[in-house]
Amino acid sequence: MQDKILRRTFVKSLAAGGLLAQLGLWHAPLQATGRRHRPAILTGNEFDLLLAQTSVDFAGASHRAMTINGTLPGPTLRWREGDTVTLRVRNRLDAPGSIHWHGILLPANMDGVPGMSFDGIAPGGLYEYHFKVRQHGTYWYHSHSALQEQSGVYGALVIEPSTAEPWHCDRDYVVMLTDWTDENPERVLSKLKKQSDYYNYQQRTVFDFIHDVSEHGWLSTLSERMGWARMTMNPTDISDVSGYTYTYLLNGRAPDDNWTALFQPGEKIRLRFINGSSMTYFDLRIPGLKLTVVAADGQPVEPVEVDELRIAVAETFDVIVEPQAEAYTLFAQSMDRTGHARGTLAVREGLSAAVPEMDPRPVLTMNDVGMHHSDMADSGHGGMDHGSMGGQMQQHPASESHNPLVDMQTLYPQPKLDDPGIGLRDNGRRVLRYADLRSRFADPDGREPGRTLELHLTGNMERFAWSFDGIKFSAAQPLRLKYGERLRITLVNDTMMAHPIHLHGMWSDLEDEHGNFLVRKHTIDMPPGTKRSYRVTADALGRWAYHCHMLYHMEMGMFREVIVDE
Amino acid sequence: MNLSFSHKPLLGSAFALGLLGVAQVPVALAEDDHKHHSGRSSMGTHAGTGNAAHAMDHHGMTHDDGTATAQSRTPIAPITAADRRAAFPHVSGHTLHDSAIRRFFLFEKLEYQDADDGSALNWDAQGWIGGDVDRLVLRSQGERSNGLTEQAEIHAMWGHALNNNWDLVGGVRHDFKPESAQTWAALGAQGTFYNIDIEATGYYGENGQTSARFEATYDLLLTNRLILQPTTEINVYGRNDESRGVGAGLSEIEAGLRLRYEFVRQFAPYIGVNWSRSYDGTANMLREEGEAVEEWRFVAGIRLWF
Repeated sequence: MQDKILRRTFVKSLAAGGLLAQLGLWHAPLQATGRRHRPAILTGNEFDLLLAQTSVDFAGASHRAMTINGTLPGPTLRWREGDTVTLRVRNRLDAPGSIHWHGILLPANMDGVPGMSFDGIAPGGLYEYHFKVRQHGTYWYHSHSALQEQSGVYGALVIEPSTAEPWHCDRDYVVMLTDWTDENPERVLSKLKKQSDYYNYQQRTVFDFIHDVSEHGWLSTLSERMGWARMTMNPTDISDVSGYTYTYLLNGRAPDDNWTALFQPGEKIRLRFINGSSMTYFDLRIPGLKLTVVAADGQPVEPVEVDELRIAVAETFDVIVEPQAEAYTLFAQSMDRTGHARGTLAVREGLSAAVPEMDPRPVLTMNDVGMHHSDMADSGHGGMDHGSMGGQMQQHPASESHNPLVDMQTLYPQPKLDDPGIGLRDNGRRVLRYADLRSRFADPDGREPGRTLELHLTGNMERFAWSFDGIKFSAAQPLRLKYGERLRITLVNDTMMAHPIHLHGMWSDLEDEHGNFLVRKHTIDMPPGTKRSYRVTADALGRWAYHCHMLYHMEMGMFREVIVDE
Repeated sequence: MNLSFSHKPLLGSAFALGLLGVAQVPVALAEDDHKHHSGRSSMGTHAGTGNAAHAMDHHGMTHDDGTATAQSRTPIAPITAADRRAAFPHVSGHTLHDSAIRRFFLFEKLEYQDADDGSALNWDAQGWIGGDVDRLVLRSQGERSNGLTEQAEIHAMWGHALNNNWDLVGGVRHDFKPESAQTWAALGAQGTFYNIDIEATGYYGENGQTSARFEATYDLLLTNRLILQPTTEINVYGRNDESRGVGAGLSEIEAGLRLRYEFVRQFAPYIGVNWSRSYDGTANMLREEGEAVEEWRFVAGIRLWF
C-alpha cells in the first residue's frame, strides 16, 4: 500500500504544481537511478513533456539515457476517451527529437514522425500536439527519431473509456517491458553491420554437433547442418541483440531491483503489459496465476485464459489476474532466452516468489522458416487456402530476384495463427496464440477488401540490411491508398526473424486463415515462415509510417511511407 | 519500382456509394457490441465464429456477421479543409540511415611466427568501406622477418554484391616487396560457401606476369568464444620470375590451424600452426638455393577488428 500512496502523492503534487512542476523538471532533470526513479502518472488533458539526458544505472555503472521528464520509462499518461488533449513536448536533447503516439488515431500532423507528420522537434524546440482522443485502452508512446527509443524515450499511455468496461478491477497496473543497453545504440547498430551475429553467444558448437549425432544419427544431423550451411544461415539466430548487452527492464527496473505491485488477496488486478523494447520479444507468465487476456493492442477481446503469452515488440495486452497467495513473480524471458525481466505481485513490499529457470534456447527448424512443405498440426482447417497457401509454392515479387538484399525466400509460408511460436510449443503451458484473439466487436468496416496489397518482409542477415520486397526505404516509392478504401494487406515473411509490423494512423484488422475478421490490432507479429493478412480501412488522410517495429530493422530500411490521398 | 500490387486498385461503385452514403450508415461501434458480452467466455465460445466460411474461397466469402457490406459500418467522415491541412504539412523528407556509408577493418592474422630461420611478423588484413551492395574492398598481407620486410602487398578493389553470398571484386594490387615493387590488375570473387569464407582472385601484372590466389577460412566453434579456425591459401603463377623466387605453375600451398579465444568479438588472441609447401618451379628454385620447400611454423597472434 505504501507504494500506492507514494505514487498518488507524487501524482497529486504534479497535478497541483501544474506547469510549474514541469518547469521544475525542465530546469533540473532528475538524477534517476535504477532504484530511485519511478515514472509519474499524469492525468488531465494538458501535459508537458521534456526530452532530456539523464544518468541511469541499471547494470552497475552510470550511463546516459534519454528520458521524458527525467524518468525511464517516461510518465504514464492517462487520457480520457472523448477528451481533446494538448501535449507540449520540449526537446532539451542535443539532437532533433519527436514523440509518436503508438496506435492512436489522430490527424497526420500529430503523429510525430519526423519528415512525414512534422519536421521533428529541434534541440531547444517545442511542439504542441493537440487532438481529440477517439479510442480507449492501453497504448504507449515513444520517440520516432533515429535510435532514441533504445535510449529510453518511451512511456505508457492509458486511455479511460467513455463508457464503463464490462469488467471490474480493484487495481490497475502498467507493466512496461523494455530492453536497456549501456552501449550507445549507434554502436550496437554499427557492430551489427560489421558482424551481424555479434550478440549471439548461443550458436551451435562442435559439442552440440556430437550431441545431435548421438541423438539423431549421422545422416540426419549432417543433412540438417548442411541445410543451414547451404543457406549460410544460423538456426540459433532468434534475436539480433541479446542479453549479452541488454538488461531487461520491467517498468524501468532491472530484475534484481524487483519492481513490486501490491494487492489484497481476492482482488482482481488488471495488468497492462506493454512491450516497449527496441529489439526484444518477451514470453511472459506469472507462475501460479492464470492470465485472462481482455484486450490486445488496446482493443477489447473476448476474454481468454492462458498461462503464458508472447508479446511482440510494440504490442500491448491487458490481462486480469486474481492472486490469492502472498507473492507471485512476473517473469518475462526474452524470446532467445538470454535474459529476463522480472517483477513481483505481493501483498506487501519486500516479498518475492521463486523466479523460474529460463527455458531452453530455441533452435529454428526448416519448418519454422517455411522451407518445408509440412502439414503442421494447425493446418487441418478443411484444406481451404488463403490465396496460394498450402500446397503451392509461394510466389515472390520480381524485385527480390537477383537481389543481394534478399538472402531467403520462404517456400511454403502459413498463417500459423494457432502456433504458440518458436520455443513455446509443447511446454506444458497454455500459451496465447493469435487464433485465440477475438475482438469483442464485429468487423467495424464489413466491406470486402477492394484489392490486396502483398508485401514481403526481406533481409540480408549477414549484411544486416532489411527491406520490404528487397527494396529499402531510401530506394522505395510510397504506397498509395485511396481515402475511404478498404484493402487487404498480405504479408509474407521471407526472413528467418520475427517482425512486428506497425501501420500508423489506421487499424490493422487481422484475418484468420479463411479471411474472417479476427482481431483489431496496431501491430501484427510476423514470425518466420508466416503469411498473414489483415484489412485496413484507409480512413485517415495523410502520410503515414509503415514499418517493422524492430528498431534496427526499421532504421536499416524495413519501412515504407503510406500515403492516403483523395 | 515494384510495389507488388497483386491487383489493380478496384475502386468500384461500392466504394463510391460508401462515401456518398456515409450519413445514413447505421453505426455498429465496438461500444455497442460490448454490452452484449459480459464476464468471461471460455475458449469454446470462440469456436463458433467463422466456421461457415470453411469451405469457401477468399473472394465472395461470407464474413462472421453474415454478409459483406457495401459501405463501411463505421462511417468514414467526409474530408474537410482542416483535414487536408493537417494531412499534408510541408515537411522535409523522412530520413533513415539505411544507406549510410559504413566501414569495417579486420586483422584476421596479426602474428608472430617461429620460422626455421628466425622469427617473422605476419599479417593478413581486410576491410571495406561503403554500403550494402557496393563497397571499396581493401586487403593487405605481408611478412617481416629478422627486421626486413620480405613481402608486403595491398589491394584496393571495388566490390559489388552479386547476390546475398557473393561479391565481385575488381581493382589493383600493389606489391611493395619482394624485390622491386610491382602492380597488378585484380579481378575475382569473395563470398561464403557452406559457411566457408572464400576469396578467389586472378591477377595480371604490369610485366605480363599472371597469377591466381585462392583463400579459404572456416570457423569451427568449440564454444561460443573458443574458436578453431582452419585456413588455406594457394598461389599459382603463369611464368617464372626468378628475381622474386616464383616459378610457373602451382607455387605454394599454405594451411593453418589457429585456436582463438574471443574475449570480445573484436579482440581474440590465438595460437596455432602454419604449414607451407612450395611446388613446381618455385620449389625447384628453392632447392637450387639449398632452401627447404616445406616448413612448419608455430604462430601466436591477435585477431582484431574495428
